[in-house]
Amino acid sequence: MNLDDALHTFIVEARDLLEEMEDALLRIEQAPDADTINAIFRAAHTIKGSAGLFGLDHVVAFTHVAESVLDLVRSDKLPITAELVATFLGVCDHLGVLVDHVAAGTAPDDATHRASDELVNKLRGHLGEPLPAKPATAAAVQPALSAATSGGVETDHWHLSLRFGAAVLRNGMDPLAFLRYLTTFGRIERIVTLADAVPRLSELDAEACYLGFEVGYHTDVDKATIEGAFEFVRDDAHISILPPHSKIAAYQRLIEDLPHEELPLGEILVRCGSLTKSELAAALSHQSAPGESPIRPIGEILVERKAVRPQVVEAALDKQKQVKEHKRTESGLIRVNAEKLDEHINLIGELIIASASARLVAQRVGMPALLEAAARLSRLVEEVRDSALTLRMVQIGATFNRFQRVVRDVSAALGKDIRLEISGAETDLDKTVVEKIGDPLTHLVRNSMDHGIESAEIRLACGKPAHGTVRLNAYHDSGSIVIEVADDGGGLCRERILKKAIERGLIKAGQQISDQEIHELVFEPGFSTVEQVSDLSGRGVGMDVVKRNITALRGTVEIDSVEGVGTTMRIRLPLTLAIIDGFLVAVNAATFVVPLDMVVECMELSAQETEAAHGRDHLNLRGEVLPFIRLQQLFDIPEVPDVIDPEADGAFADDNTQSRYESSSAILTAEGAAALARDPELAFLLQPVKRENIVVVQYSGRRAGLVVDSLMGEFQTVIRPLGVVFNGLDGISGFTILGNGNVALILDVPGLVRRVAGREGRRTAKATAYALTE
Amino acid sequence: MSHPATVTRVAIAGEFSIFTAAAVRDQLLAALGGAAEVEVDLAQVTELDSAGVQLMLAAKREAAAQDKVLRFTAHSAAVLDTLELCDLSAHCGGPAATGAADTAGATP
Repeated sequence: MNLDDALHTFIVEARDLLEEMEDALLRIEQAPDADTINAIFRAAHTIKGSAGLFGLDHVVAFTHVAESVLDLVRSDKLPITAELVATFLGVCDHLGVLVDHVAAGTAPDDATHRASDELVNKLRGHLGEPLPAKPATAAAVQPALSAATSGGVETDHWHLSLRFGAAVLRNGMDPLAFLRYLTTFGRIERIVTLADAVPRLSELDAEACYLGFEVGYHTDVDKATIEGAFEFVRDDAHISILPPHSKIAAYQRLIEDLPHEELPLGEILVRCGSLTKSELAAALSHQSAPGESPIRPIGEILVERKAVRPQVVEAALDKQKQVKEHKRTESGLIRVNAEKLDEHINLIGELIIASASARLVAQRVGMPALLEAAARLSRLVEEVRDSALTLRMVQIGATFNRFQRVVRDVSAALGKDIRLEISGAETDLDKTVVEKIGDPLTHLVRNSMDHGIESAEIRLACGKPAHGTVRLNAYHDSGSIVIEVADDGGGLCRERILKKAIERGLIKAGQQISDQEIHELVFEPGFSTVEQVSDLSGRGVGMDVVKRNITALRGTVEIDSVEGVGTTMRIRLPLTLAIIDGFLVAVNAATFVVPLDMVVECMELSAQETEAAHGRDHLNLRGEVLPFIRLQQLFDIPEVPDVIDPEADGAFADDNTQSRYESSSAILTAEGAAALARDPELAFLLQPVKRENIVVVQYSGRRAGLVVDSLMGEFQTVIRPLGVVFNGLDGISGFTILGNGNVALILDVPGLVRRVAGREGRRTAKATAYALTE
Repeated sequence: MSHPATVTRVAIAGEFSIFTAAAVRDQLLAALGGAAEVEVDLAQVTELDSAGVQLMLAAKREAAAQDKVLRFTAHSAAVLDTLELCDLSAHCGGPAATGAADTAGATP
């Protein structure tokens, strides 16, 4: 009974169908086959049918024309041409706009109406073309047809087509009561009771409703009011409401949409005074192709009162088939409200925290059975977490496929021959991320096509194939998903970027600058190296926005470009925004979480190394330069009184050296770490000297070390976003609550690595020299 | 054609609606089973709804199928009003069709 829910379902379905339709259209251009044509037809037909249920007459009228053309294609009367596909892509888009209007609850504006009319005219062009010289019989009808299709029908009354479901009476509603209600704000001009469905008395179910009505209705109220009258039978009845002077097409559609056994519906419409005889003939003959075609004009047939129309039968069969297919695909799937899913994942987050604290208690009590139970619990919780997260995961393929269209349109607009190659379409990522990545990706793809790929002449001159290629690729890499937009175009021109950057005062002339940094300049606001601004891109608006959007998703974007060979833009995003496997570290009394995916290794920092690295921020890791950050300095964490002063390090150096060999390779287990954290005395005994550990993290191919006091092991972490006040805090991306109730901050590793790498970049020369001397 | 002797008269009184439809159905079926001609007196009908209307149509149909005659007579104001609303007067024997109307008015 809830109309809003049903409407919402319609909107979701319509969007899905439009997507399918678009896919099919793009496929059909390459390889036309009957299945694909049928898929397009079905999509249009279903949208039309559902829109009819909601009285979205403008959608129905528009879709109907498209459907008529598709029908010709389906029956091989119209060939599939690039032009036709282009028209239908337009139809697809326009339907999308109409559906958006429905979703927003707004009426389509004038521009939309104009677009509607334009497309309808185009479609009519296709409809008209295959018609040969008009045969004599059709000639009389033709003027009426053109008059009728351009304008509305003569009558100034509403036409209501009411079909009541069998359950209406049982549900306590009386169809006649609705008619009576109608008479309170209007006048029933004519009514035809459709009693054909009523069986003979012996077969009658006295409590089932068999009735339908066609009503010519005169009123001054608006459509919503009339619709309101039928509010309570919406679910149980099929109600169509045609406003006065509706287009003939609307009536035609009405006739088609009610494949009602053997009802001469057209005749009934005439009896209701809603259509004149000639209008009816026009409506019906418009459908079929007159002339040599084997199907006789239906109008003729109907006027002869032979009510079984082949197309009606066909439509009815089609509808049945469609319902079956729909059921088959739907049966394996359930639509779930995303909010419910989020709630579920939040609860699992709480569960993880609860289970961690249960485990902690179990460890404290030390009862083996309890420990075992806690371990099993946490393993199960982990599985639940993983499966819950996969619920949110969707394949990126659907998003990628949308770009077929973008590439097609943009290459047409640019006059370039560009192909799209997709790989890694089955890579999963979080739904929220998928939704937000669409815009940045579109921008990057357009950018590649517009600026990246050269014109065919230049390409041929460079010895490349004439057609350019844009490649979309996705894969998983250390807890992130990487999405690449690659082109085989001209690449970024170093000189031009440098010139522009100097012009804009972003860098100084003669400044030493790495390729990576030059590429980064592209993301500066308002930075565009294109001499000519095209209508697609080049205004310098966008790349900075792309970067900002991606950063907001805790992701990064980088560019690999080789001049003359092509450019690859690489977006790196976290797989999920909700839960991570964390690695717990402590600095004095503060606890931090490092996303485990990014941890490469952990080592103890020996006294010598500490000494050697003193005053510097990089050390020698097996012959490589490893820049590092001391978290204590970074976050300015105060010393805890009961931890031994760092100055004492020297005094205990000997002991330290010895014990180092025992513990250096052994990273503390979670239990051990927790025990130490819990029991400062024990920690004091076991680790009388404050030692430093270094956690090596890696992000997008770069490494950095984080210097911490102690390592506390793995920990499942539910990411809580920081409050507004702390938003944009450097080096911290969120927080989590530990089993013991303490708060741990989650380190923003990408940010830290960037910070370190930036420092490193400026000193490349120096670092290299350092590495050589070490 | 029809023999007066075999005419069965049935009277429906009170509400002729969804609530009584099943009973009326049995009543009419029984009447049709035992006679070649059935006259249904509607004078005492106080209310007629969709269920009643379709029952009347079904009864007509049943009679035709059995090659018998079924007539509705003495339509009450309530009956006429409803039949008028769905333009079925001609079909279910309004005053004009039967000529047996004892209720005047109701015709607009």
